[in-house]
Amino acid sequence: MTALPRSIDATIDLLGSQRYVCGRALGTVAFLALDLGKPLFLEGEAGTGKTEIAKALAAALGRRLIRLQCYEGLDAAAAIYEWNFAAQMIAIRTAEAAGDTDRDTLQKELFSDHYLIRRPLLEALEPQPGGAPVLLIDEVDRTDAPFEAFLLEALSDFQVTIPELGTIRAEAPPIVILTSNRTREVHDALKRRCLYHWVDFPGFAREIDILRARVPEAADTLSREIVAFVQALRGEDLFKTPGVAETLDWARCLIALDTVSLSPEVISDTLGAMLKYQDDIARIAGAEATRLLDAARADLARAS
Amino acid sequence: MGAPRPLPETDGRLTENIVHFTRALRAAGVRIGTAQVEDAVRAVAAAGFSRKVDFYHTLRAVLVNRPEHLALYHQVFAMFWRDPEYLEHMIHMMSPSVRRDSEKPRPESAERRAAEALTGADVARRAEEARQELQLDMVLSWSATEKLRAMDFEQMSAAEAAEAARAIRTLRLPVPPLTTRRRHPATRGRTPDLRATLRQSLRKGGEIGRILRRAPRTRPPDLVALVDISGSMSAYARMMLHFLHALAATGSGNWGRVAAFTFGTRLTNISRALGRRDPDAALQAIGQAARDWDGGTRIGAALDRFNKDWSRRVLGQGAVVLLITDGLERGDTALLARAAERLHLTARRVIWLNPLLRWEGFAPEAAGIKALLPHTSQLIACHNLDSLAALARTLAQGGARA
Repeated sequence: MTALPRSIDATIDLLGSQRYVCGRALGTVAFLALDLGKPLFLEGEAGTGKTEIAKALAAALGRRLIRLQCYEGLDAAAAIYEWNFAAQMIAIRTAEAAGDTDRDTLQKELFSDHYLIRRPLLEALEPQPGGAPVLLIDEVDRTDAPFEAFLLEALSDFQVTIPELGTIRAEAPPIVILTSNRTREVHDALKRRCLYHWVDFPGFAREIDILRARVPEAADTLSREIVAFVQALRGEDLFKTPGVAETLDWARCLIALDTVSLSPEVISDTLGAMLKYQDDIARIAGAEATRLLDAARADLARAS
Repeated sequence: MGAPRPLPETDGRLTENIVHFTRALRAAGVRIGTAQVEDAVRAVAAAGFSRKVDFYHTLRAVLVNRPEHLALYHQVFAMFWRDPEYLEHMIHMMSPSVRRDSEKPRPESAERRAAEALTGADVARRAEEARQELQLDMVLSWSATEKLRAMDFEQMSAAEAAEAARAIRTLRLPVPPLTTRRRHPATRGRTPDLRATLRQSLRKGGEIGRILRRAPRTRPPDLVALVDISGSMSAYARMMLHFLHALAATGSGNWGRVAAFTFGTRLTNISRALGRRDPDAALQAIGQAARDWDGGTRIGAALDRFNKDWSRRVLGQGAVVLLITDGLERGDTALLARAAERLHLTARRVIWLNPLLRWEGFAPEAAGIKALLPHTSQLIACHNLDSLAALARTLAQGGARA
């Protein structure tokens, strides 16, 4: 187990050791979340590395990563705990067959730890090897308002109550990271409990750093061309702007195709790695790709 | 997070200044709770006070929780945390008597609100200045073929308000409820409720009498209204907005949250303005928010903007789109067809309410209508729509011939 970083720079270095390149703003927020023990709320477009930071933190600190993927209709049984009903039923039948009908003993046995199925939130409250875990509550915008209200309660006290067992409280509160793609506005009350950060698309220099850290096998000139092209693409009026994840995917595609340098044909063939809507692909493929590539090359030439 | 810690001791007046800063932010329109102010002081103590950029990000992480407030924060921060002399200088600069227009840089977005928040006394003067600038804007935009004007609505009479409430209460939108993944106890449910069954059986000493059941819960879909406010629809603008306000204010259980947008030559999100309780205040706010009243119609462009900027944020959870327009497109109909198709693919249902259409001998001849029609789930047409009651009735009947 690694100790928590003591400063913003240490936090950035720590994330860097996991090949997660982050800017000063995100580094500051991450450090504060660790130091103040407040949940970190990351909002931004898909594919900007919101989920990755939780993985990087967990790996760097040697903590266990517990992930709660949100979806519509997520309820307590799937998020906190559930009783193993099938096993309980069998236990009842067995007790009956054995003529063992002492109700109190039966009840105590049925609702013991043995029959409890732990779900992510409960697990996160329990002591883990390596210290309090990193709890990633992913895509919180996909759940509905009732679950949000529940989260509000859980995140302020770090305890849950199981009627049959009593209240379970975390000895050391977990490091909580919430992410949202903003398909819905998450309620202000929940955001207020957290440190908020809007994860934006990185600029040219940082995206180059990210690409180098994540896809080190890409040659330098190719990396620069890739990033310049993606940055130009983000300026276009697209239905879905490609994120950093798409840049990395595309770079891997190009390497798999043994590309040394970008050309309009290669771009048109591999656009599917970056653009996921037919309208966007139809718009960019062909002449538009050539124009963007020329613009990107001109930018690069000016910069160097 | 355990027992409350006392606020950290800081040298000098930093804590005090942070509190002042949050007050300035509040005045500029960022909503900040008291708990956040406390957190801000703790966060600054934790992060240290060595570099200005860290101080900036530290306070931002705690005080801002909406991306649209980032620019505002930036401006207020820049103005607040520098030399007091500079602030004085700013105030000096902003007073019209010494201001020289030629030297004044173009104000950045949110700067005016930030400045007003910091120099409360100057608000009146600034407002006057703002009005001057606005006039300039209007003259400029006139030549850019876009007619911009705000709208003043007649106030609601008590009878009208009562009629609206009545109409909305009886309104049943032609949208089936959504089946959610949540379940609730039901006698005829399909899935057994093992937890409740077991609980019940334990009360009887392990005897399982009846298997309890659960069924999926349903919920009404959210509603996204796109309202045409161009010249050809002007007769209906007030009633439509009144209708939307009543929809948003009277949650009657037949629909979920209501988001609304107006469009003529541009798209305006009026959901926040619609949230005001008083219908007059809401209509007033909408009249000011949308600037393209009674102008031309570019439905295609408006839908395209909606698709790109908003659809992912408001259509996420099975929302139904209510498109209120006459479909008379002045722009590119090919773009309209493309945008309408994309909208139809993203939304659960697109209901088109056309208040200017007679069914007698209707044939989709206008190019805009032809482009739009294949991409709507339902067309509800009505003419002589003179009251909210008639509108509610028509919507509920679902436009029998569509």
